[in-house]
Amino acid sequence: MSPTVHTARLGLARGWTETRHSLTNPQDLGWNVFVVTVFVVVLLLQRNARVDGSALPLAMLTLPSILGMWVAFAGYSGAAGTLAAEREDGTLLRAKAVPQGMVGYLVGRIVSLSLITLFMLVIILVAGLLLLPDLATAGGSDWLVLLWVATLGLLATLPWGAVIGSLVRSPNSAFGLTMLPLIALTAISGIFYPISALPGWVQGVAQVFPIYWLGLGIRSALLPDAAAVLEISGSWRHLETAAVLGAWAVAGLLVAPPVLRRMARRESGSTMEARRQQHLQRTP
Amino acid sequence: MTDAVIDVRGLRMRYGARDVLTGVDFHVCRGEVITLLGPNGAGKTTTIEVLEGFRMRSAGEVSVLGVDPARGDERWRARIGVVLQSWRDHGRWRVRDLLAHLGGYYAPYATPERARPRDVDTLLETVGLTEQAGQRLASLSGGQRRRLDVAVGLVGRPELLFLDEPTAGFDPRSRRDFHDLVHRLSDLEDTTILLTTHDLAEAEQLADRILILAEGRIVADGSADQLARRVSGQAEVRWSRHGERFVHATPDATGFVRELFAQYGDEVADLEVRRASLEDTYMAIAHRHERAELEEVSAR
Repeated sequence: MSPTVHTARLGLARGWTETRHSLTNPQDLGWNVFVVTVFVVVLLLQRNARVDGSALPLAMLTLPSILGMWVAFAGYSGAAGTLAAEREDGTLLRAKAVPQGMVGYLVGRIVSLSLITLFMLVIILVAGLLLLPDLATAGGSDWLVLLWVATLGLLATLPWGAVIGSLVRSPNSAFGLTMLPLIALTAISGIFYPISALPGWVQGVAQVFPIYWLGLGIRSALLPDAAAVLEISGSWRHLETAAVLGAWAVAGLLVAPPVLRRMARRESGSTMEARRQQHLQRTP
Repeated sequence: MTDAVIDVRGLRMRYGARDVLTGVDFHVCRGEVITLLGPNGAGKTTTIEVLEGFRMRSAGEVSVLGVDPARGDERWRARIGVVLQSWRDHGRWRVRDLLAHLGGYYAPYATPERARPRDVDTLLETVGLTEQAGQRLASLSGGQRRRLDVAVGLVGRPELLFLDEPTAGFDPRSRRDFHDLVHRLSDLEDTTILLTTHDLAEAEQLADRILILAEGRIVADGSADQLARRVSGQAEVRWSRHGERFVHATPDATGFVRELFAQYGDEVADLEVRRASLEDTYMAIAHRHERAELEEVSAR
């Protein structure tokens, strides 16, 4: 077996182990339940509201939008947060000390972040479909659209999360640098309310970033085709979705490797010890 | 030297305007156990991190297993074991799972002489963690975690092992087990070992050779005995005769005692010959360098 294949297999096994750990960890599970509950409450509140000029309940637009938003949160914030935390706690240094360990670590993290995201998407989707049975009319090709949008969305956000996670000095700054912009972008990306209600320049800003396109792409998968009239230019714009998400993905995959390599090169026992001391000072 | 595992010449390290290492020279042969001693901030960790390939040096020539650590590839990495001062990584992993996973990375680098990785269950037994094999890392005590760190450093059956403060937090029993392990590794597997410690008794017990690092360079290099002789050629002889106590310092303790018995025979009691301990030696050397430094500063 070639060393590359060998390392890839170790990385896959590592990703699967980490996924199992997360899905059986009370703290992680509690957080997941909390997130799903919040989304269900939002959907319940919106169930009777109608979208302007349409018979659709607002909640039907919101559920697919939430799925799209979640991909961005999990990819960008999830990658940045775990990388920053695992630099601080020495997981990365451990990986660096074994041959090909960094590659195995990264493959493992990509696998586990993707699987955990997939798990959450399924849970949110199932909870949503129980509330909104009308959505369950999606056919085979619709699920395919959901799959490519979600996959491309992860590719567009995860490498950027890894870049942030490599550059920050502490997990707290990773949290601030990812959650705050994500929340701001969510507010202007037509996730909880149609984007057409916002001023034109705001719509322009939103369309630069992946969240809007993730929401749009998953709405196109789950909503009836007629609902496209509510979108900008009255179309699902699959081509543009693929182009914008693809551009973020390509740029991210070009930027992330050198940044990760630079970060890995600088990891050492004493830098980790310094972060450990900082951490102990933060938490009395 | 042909079988030099580590060869360091003129190693310098500068952080900003501060020189941490000002010209470190030493070499280590295959199978040797070397202890690096020195006051805090003397640059022990920096030196080890340069040798591990974790830190870029400012100047000097360094060769580890025949390779410059700054350019060491994964094949080189596989021949080296690093015992890290871990803190709380992999808290959710079970002890045996993590050791087996990390060992897996060494499999492609096995050679006929060195089977890689080591058998995980035997290794767990060696470090005394068999009972904890199914436990999560987060539930281990400090000493147990430290022993797991040692196991992780050994799982690839390294030719060269780096240990930074390996027994910090060990109880006396674990410490002795660990010392036995170090002796076995160097005797049976010809493993070369470089360790740092604050425990002078440990250094004396483990090391074939002791290096003392002070003011950014090696100020002493030799066995505990050689260092003691260098610092003070004198041994102290104490004895009593008819209830009266005597003390005499002499460079030739054996000869002096022979004379003593020849002259007084059975009258000599409570005989004690004391050479400078490693602690005396270390303090003398460290003190001498502090004083030299102070004089240099005041002369400026």
